[in-house]
Amino acid sequence: MTARTSLLRPLLRATPRAGWWAVAAAAALAFVVLPALHLLVAPGHPLHVSDHVVTVAGKIACYATVAVALDLVWGYAGILSLGHGLFFALGGYAFGMYLMRSIGRDGVYQSDLPDFMVFLDWKELPWFWHGTDHAAWAVALAVLVPGLVAFVFGWFAFRSRIRGVYFSIITQALTYAAMLLFFRNDTGFGGNNGFTDFKRIFGFPIAAPGTRVALFAASVAVLLGTLVLCRWLVTSPFGGVLRAVRDGEPRLRCLGYEPLWFKLGVWTLSAVLCGVAGALYVPQVGIINPSEMSTAASIEIAIWVAVGGRGTLVGAVLGAVLVNLAKSWFTKAMPELWLFFLGFLFVAVTLFLPGGLVGLLRSRRPRRPTPASVAAPPSPDGPAEEVTA
Amino acid sequence: MTATPAAPLQVNTGHGVVLYLEDVTVSFDGFKALNGLTLYVNVGELRCVIGPNGAGKTTMMDVVTGRTRPDRGRAFFGQSLDLTRLSEVEIARAGIGRKFQKPTVFEAHTVLENLELAGARDRRARGRLFALPGPEDRRRVEETLALVRLTGEAHRPAGLLSHGQKQWLEIGMLLMQDPKLLLLDEPVAGLTDEETARSADLIRGLAGNRSVVVVEHDMEFVERLGGTVTVLHEGAVLAEGPLARIQKDPKVIEVYLGR
Repeated sequence: MTARTSLLRPLLRATPRAGWWAVAAAAALAFVVLPALHLLVAPGHPLHVSDHVVTVAGKIACYATVAVALDLVWGYAGILSLGHGLFFALGGYAFGMYLMRSIGRDGVYQSDLPDFMVFLDWKELPWFWHGTDHAAWAVALAVLVPGLVAFVFGWFAFRSRIRGVYFSIITQALTYAAMLLFFRNDTGFGGNNGFTDFKRIFGFPIAAPGTRVALFAASVAVLLGTLVLCRWLVTSPFGGVLRAVRDGEPRLRCLGYEPLWFKLGVWTLSAVLCGVAGALYVPQVGIINPSEMSTAASIEIAIWVAVGGRGTLVGAVLGAVLVNLAKSWFTKAMPELWLFFLGFLFVAVTLFLPGGLVGLLRSRRPRRPTPASVAAPPSPDGPAEEVTA
Repeated sequence: MTATPAAPLQVNTGHGVVLYLEDVTVSFDGFKALNGLTLYVNVGELRCVIGPNGAGKTTMMDVVTGRTRPDRGRAFFGQSLDLTRLSEVEIARAGIGRKFQKPTVFEAHTVLENLELAGARDRRARGRLFALPGPEDRRRVEETLALVRLTGEAHRPAGLLSHGQKQWLEIGMLLMQDPKLLLLDEPVAGLTDEETARSADLIRGLAGNRSVVVVEHDMEFVERLGGTVTVLHEGAVLAEGPLARIQKDPKVIEVYLGR
């Protein structure tokens, strides 16, 4: 009766038809239209898409993936993490190690060691840098390290039944502690400068148009994959239990469910998704440093989700895109006002828009006056069934 | 606590008793919520537990469901399952269901989803990932919906139900869970007379196949349920027997009914 055989059908059914059209449209845009406009149209032409736009779009796709990952745990399981920047940064650092090793002898000091190690007068690679010249191992690390950190942290936190605001505060402390650790030169990750000056990725020059387009397309592919995976998860019976964890964990225990494994599973998955996004982010922006682990960076992720509308997945994407576009504009036009605007946005959304933008759109839709609903008073969405005992 | 047995623990009720509470004592900061409580519940029995506020009724349920650990005494489910050692989840899986005083349904889930959640056979995270309700599961859900008169509301969020409907939905969830022992904490609090009558029928229907322990204040309702009545007072059993005899007991009249 439990159909383990066919995984594809529930996966397909989890997303409505309109959702699949949106996925297809986004894929066409990211894999065909934008690359063509960037690579094939001459730079002077009005239809040409610049380097800058490709990089910003790729960066935002990575942010949106992180936002969806946070929405999965916050919107569906009620676990508000204010430390998701840590998992993102860990993935970024893991892949950044490979990018540093790929510089080879083209660095300032023309050494086999990364520049910052030469600067610190280190003679050989620390043990945890071994194997990072292989891209596959670096990718594995970008998945395993955030996953492992999240699993261990989550196991202790969830087993001790730490919930709500207490959990959120501990995630802030966790990412802050990691930031302090990564700031130290002795930790072996370049201190406050982090990693930068990358030259190439998988043998290709890192700033070449083709490489940029490929990284952008990969970021969008990961984002779309994350959306489909999370959508399947939250519409499965597993997702039903997750929402029950959010709404009544003690009650769920009385029904014979152990919330620990549901929370831990989705928490670890969320961290892994952040790690993958971080690994794609670093080659596109060309730098990773401990500021990605700052408490403010993680709070910003939560704001993206809140603005878009939590518990909707697609809202997380919307929020990440809009807030980051606003950030790009602000930091150019009036950089000193950005944090005020961000704070204002958070307060405004919390007070006036608890469902976020998606909540706003959804609440508008049924009220739109249609000729049918004007003619026939008891509209299908109306409170016709409210006459109950 | 982290052990998640694949097969639920087996309950051995060969001696005809499903719940043994012997000399159970629980104290909170020196206050004895339960003070040497001894109580046996038989297989298929419908037992009403009454008593004034603070008599230890809710604490007794907490001990049975593993929420509170007793300082002293024994609590067994059947002859072999030690309730003082099992986790809440293990106890629930072994077959003890509980209905809280306030209706606690999952308000954002539809009525149908609430019932499916309660009736799932594999409650492990891995099992939930690939589970699809089969025709047998659907039939069970539909029968339960009809029994608690919520067929028309199946696809509405449970939060939109009336208070009485939420109480019934919760009873429906307990039916889906199909426990061997059912603890109901004031199941008719806040219900209209008509709803109370209907609830009494439902609860009487639950007993027989399973044992039911009802904690209640409403004496009329207790009378309607029938069955043995246990009076708790200051954390221990004051009297036990049919309601008619309990109502004549001078000790009971003094502490409870006389007021």
